[in-house]
Amino acid sequence: MVDTTPTATAPSSGAAPAALVSGTFDLRDVSVTYGRETALAGVDLHIPPQSVTALIGPSGCGKSTLLRCLNRMNDELGNVHVGGKILLDGVDVNTRDMDPVELRMRVGMVFQRPNPFPMTIYENVVYGPRTQGIRKRSELDDLVEESLTRAALWGEVKSQLKKHAFELSGGQQQRLCIARALATRPEVLLMDEPASALDPISTQQIEDTITELKSTVTIVIVTHSMQQAARISDQTAFMLRESMEQPAALIEVGETKALFMTPHDKRTEAYITGRFG
Amino acid sequence: MSRTHAIATSRVKRARAVEKIAKLITGACLLFAVGATVAIIGAIIYRGAPSISWEFLSAMPKKNMTAGGIWPAIYGTISLTLWTAFFAIPIGIGAGIYLGEYARNGMATRIVRLSIANMAGVPSIVYGLFGFSLFVIAMKFGTSMIAGALTLACLTLPVIIGATEEALRQVPTDLRQASLALGATKLRTILRVVLPAAAPGIVTGSILGLSRAAGETAPIMLTAVAFSAPLPKSPFSQIMALPYHLYIMATQPVKPAPMVVWGTAFVLVAGVTTVGVLAAAWRTRQRNRIRW
Repeated sequence: MVDTTPTATAPSSGAAPAALVSGTFDLRDVSVTYGRETALAGVDLHIPPQSVTALIGPSGCGKSTLLRCLNRMNDELGNVHVGGKILLDGVDVNTRDMDPVELRMRVGMVFQRPNPFPMTIYENVVYGPRTQGIRKRSELDDLVEESLTRAALWGEVKSQLKKHAFELSGGQQQRLCIARALATRPEVLLMDEPASALDPISTQQIEDTITELKSTVTIVIVTHSMQQAARISDQTAFMLRESMEQPAALIEVGETKALFMTPHDKRTEAYITGRFG
Repeated sequence: MSRTHAIATSRVKRARAVEKIAKLITGACLLFAVGATVAIIGAIIYRGAPSISWEFLSAMPKKNMTAGGIWPAIYGTISLTLWTAFFAIPIGIGAGIYLGEYARNGMATRIVRLSIANMAGVPSIVYGLFGFSLFVIAMKFGTSMIAGALTLACLTLPVIIGATEEALRQVPTDLRQASLALGATKLRTILRVVLPAAAPGIVTGSILGLSRAAGETAPIMLTAVAFSAPLPKSPFSQIMALPYHLYIMATQPVKPAPMVVWGTAFVLVAGVTTVGVLAAAWRTRQRNRIRW
């Protein structure tokens, strides 16, 4: 490994994001309404920086919907209203002061299926920085190396950056998508079941990457795998929609080990012991 | 036990027989379709190819069109089609982008989409009449290449809009989401991610629409062409064009040499086919490069 390269394991080495303590989310009474239907209501959640927060719960419990509130991706659906307050480092992301474009550069996202652009590896990674207006070749080159290194892909692709992204394996594509999201140097990285389309080995690599990344970026991950949540997260939030008549809610949130060992809510206990979901 | 077994076997036998008949009937249908196409193409090649010569392709007509070449008609069709593309492609792709990427899926959008689909079914002579009254008379372009090109553009627009929308639909939503999530605006997402991915479909669809327009007679008959015209000096000149030349040569009372008629048909078909094949080949190459 090139020793001038900042890596996730050595966050103090310089080029990694400067403001390490930023990237704190505070959610207060957050609700999401599609048309007339309230999908999610009353969510209070503190997401501390430099940690991994896992959102777990059965299908349709609103965990992806909640995740998409954090970078305002729900805006794209139209007909969606987000209520309550979502504060990123104290600033409400839903006010006019916060442009969704700026927000999304600070809050990156990785999707369920690897979705690299039909371009080269290099072009994929510099897409975000170019959107930010970075044009200088050397600066872009540095960002590519930094981001791919942080996503644990640099070693495998450094000699073939001109290769088309679709020639990579599924797991590599997903790590490329992580690198692409990291290239705008976000403070927060949202991951929507990032390993659910991958084989066990690739899943393991993604999980290792997440663990290394959390020292430099706040991570919020949606997962349907409780084992995964237990393995990689520091804090876990359990969500549930008890019936179609009522909105989904956040049932319990706590330090991961504590939540899995000694859940306070009966519904949490039922879920993690496998009685439903 | 053995009885149920026998019933089952006879049912299997009948199913197999039905399967065979179905295969036979659909096969015969295909044979008929292929036969018709081969017969048409064969006739055009058999009767048209012998009249192709350098002189036929490059010379001006002589002896009241019965001899010499058809260069003005070839030139006219090529420039008419290029002008049509100039008008139809930007507008068609633009409208397709609006419908596919911006329009909400409401009542209004559905009505617009339906009207466009219906526009594609309007007989081409109606476009001719429309073009005549709007471009030739009302806008005072006169019978001219520009009036013909605008008329053909109207005829081609629904095809290009449809092809664009379809090609955009093929681009996975995931890609748009990825771009938006990186802080790209919707416009940047469309220009940098969606359009490049949809380009093969858009280009092939547009070319197919344009080659159909290139072969149309009715719309240009009323708007652009003359029985005999020199090479156009400007877009406002009258022109000669292959389909109209073919029509006039085949129907005029004084019988021309059939060579000229079939030769013209050959040139028209060969031109349109070549462009179509090139478009298909290009599309296949792009498809192999971009796959999901």
